[in-house]
Amino acid sequence: MSASSDVGYHAQRQARWHYGEAAFWLIVLACGFVFPSRYLIMTDILRLALFAMSLDLILGYAGIVSLGHAAFFGVGAYAAGLLALHGIINEPVLALVVAGLVAMVLGFATSFLVIRGVDLTRLMVTLGIALLLEALAERFSNITGGTDGLQGIEMQPIFGEIPFDMFGKTGFFYSLAVLFLLFLFARRVVHSPFGLSLRAIKNNPLRAAAIGIPVNRRLIAIYTLAAFYAGIAGALFTQTTAIASLDVFAFERSADLMLVLVIGGTGYLYGGLIGAVLFRMLQELFSTITPQYWQFWIGLVLVAIVLIGRQRLHRWMLYVPNLVIRQIAGRKAVVAAPESDA
Amino acid sequence: MTSILTNLFDGVAYGMLLFVLACGLAVTLGLMNFVNLAHGAFAMAGGYVCMVLVNRMGWPFFAALPLAFVSSAAIGIVLERTLYRHLYTRSHLDQVLFTIGLTFMSVAAVDYIQGSSRVFINLPAALQGQFDLFGVGIGRYRLMIIVICGLLTIALQMVLAKTRFGSRLRAAVDDPRAASGFGINVPQVFAFTFAFGCGLAGLGGALSAEIVGLDPYFPLKFMIYFLIVVTVGGSSSITGPFLASLLLGIADVAGKYYVPKMGPFVIYTIMIVILIWRPNGLFGRTAAR
Repeated sequence: MSASSDVGYHAQRQARWHYGEAAFWLIVLACGFVFPSRYLIMTDILRLALFAMSLDLILGYAGIVSLGHAAFFGVGAYAAGLLALHGIINEPVLALVVAGLVAMVLGFATSFLVIRGVDLTRLMVTLGIALLLEALAERFSNITGGTDGLQGIEMQPIFGEIPFDMFGKTGFFYSLAVLFLLFLFARRVVHSPFGLSLRAIKNNPLRAAAIGIPVNRRLIAIYTLAAFYAGIAGALFTQTTAIASLDVFAFERSADLMLVLVIGGTGYLYGGLIGAVLFRMLQELFSTITPQYWQFWIGLVLVAIVLIGRQRLHRWMLYVPNLVIRQIAGRKAVVAAPESDA
Repeated sequence: MTSILTNLFDGVAYGMLLFVLACGLAVTLGLMNFVNLAHGAFAMAGGYVCMVLVNRMGWPFFAALPLAFVSSAAIGIVLERTLYRHLYTRSHLDQVLFTIGLTFMSVAAVDYIQGSSRVFINLPAALQGQFDLFGVGIGRYRLMIIVICGLLTIALQMVLAKTRFGSRLRAAVDDPRAASGFGINVPQVFAFTFAFGCGLAGLGGALSAEIVGLDPYFPLKFMIYFLIVVTVGGSSSITGPFLASLLLGIADVAGKYYVPKMGPFVIYTIMIVILIWRPNGLFGRTAAR
């Protein structure tokens, strides 16, 4: 077997659906029926998961470290809020897509700034853009409502048929559907030749350019796509909570997002989803222990994760599952630890 | 006319302050290539130490300033020896995560110990108010800042350029392996430099309490300013960050005075434009390799 067909074979094997993945989504769906009193927090987790998946696309697959991903989240949130508030587009799904597209346009415009320079410049530029938007939102408070945020948003029924209820049941299944559809698309993208070329760029941009991958164009494309995802996450935030305030742009949001992804692991799409669940559980735990100072413990978790080493941590976490899988399916079937990062 | 000069004066004072706050970061980030987003936490530590000494224990202000320096430097060297040194060789992402974690911890810890409200340091009467010099209003406190920071800058430049330690540091930064081959204890030089940078940040934090206020969110609020100074200033010498701080200080004060509605908008725009125009900073060689 030649080397190239070998690579193709592995890529195709990786791209195939596994039983574990189906089980994962069934469990998520089941949660919607098993815990009917927890819709609000579960919707929150779904939004965060989508947002984290968006960061995973650029961080885990393309190796772009961003400190300002909240910029797109915020733009999506305000776009959805303004569309609903002024009755421009009343249908939520359509408004969602439009809000995502607005964020996407911003992502496309700023991607040219981001692809220039090295890690540090990227950090600065992404952070700067998020801060810039926050300052803008504060400046044009007649449009954005300033520090009070957008108030009095009333969501119309989805497709004109399914109204949002006060328990958040509609919101949950709506978010879940959006997350699942976008996940399917992201999965398709990262297993395509395009996705493989992104990994090549992440591992070594110079070498990737040498074998004929248009590095800058690929980075622009994935950054734009990630901005779309983040915009959708932001729009979901506004649509399911009916508020949009300045803190959608906050630095803490971008920083928390990194933590979510780091907890879950980067570079395999499920990292964001698992990380979102764990992060919210940690946050709940810490804020029941010390309501005001939970940030301290979150910081401690970050420090500990880095000091122990993310690779090692993921090996430990996969130790038990792999033991079980080995017993059932034999030696070779193991869940691999996610790839290393930038 | 006089208001322009007064603003210029305030801007210079603010810029000098930013330089003292950020020059430690210029060394760790610019020279050692370590992304330390927790730099503001050391500044905050110095500020709070000074505040406790002056307000609660009745120390004179000028006696508390050196102690702010010493305490921040002590915290710096402890953290460097125990935690930071493991991360010098790690990826930028790891460094970012680690230092964000430290920042969050410092914010919550100070909030827990001192409360979340903004604090001020009681100044001696000699430093309050302002006087007129040829019709230009000069704040006494700001004048003192300019004097202290100006002297510090000159001293730093002398140390870096003329002393044996300065040449050791420059050698260690240029090529750590070759430097250790010549018998320079590179980790020690780095540790000392790191601690000194933290100490300067602590001093800056103590001085800045009067001008920008001090609260537990200080490290988050000023992180971007420090980063701007370093990335815009570059790291080939101490002059780059110095000029960048002056520019930033003057632009920030002028922006707030003449176009108050734009808020920090001016600064961020300038920063992004400069980074796009010169990704390696305005002055000299790249900060990150």
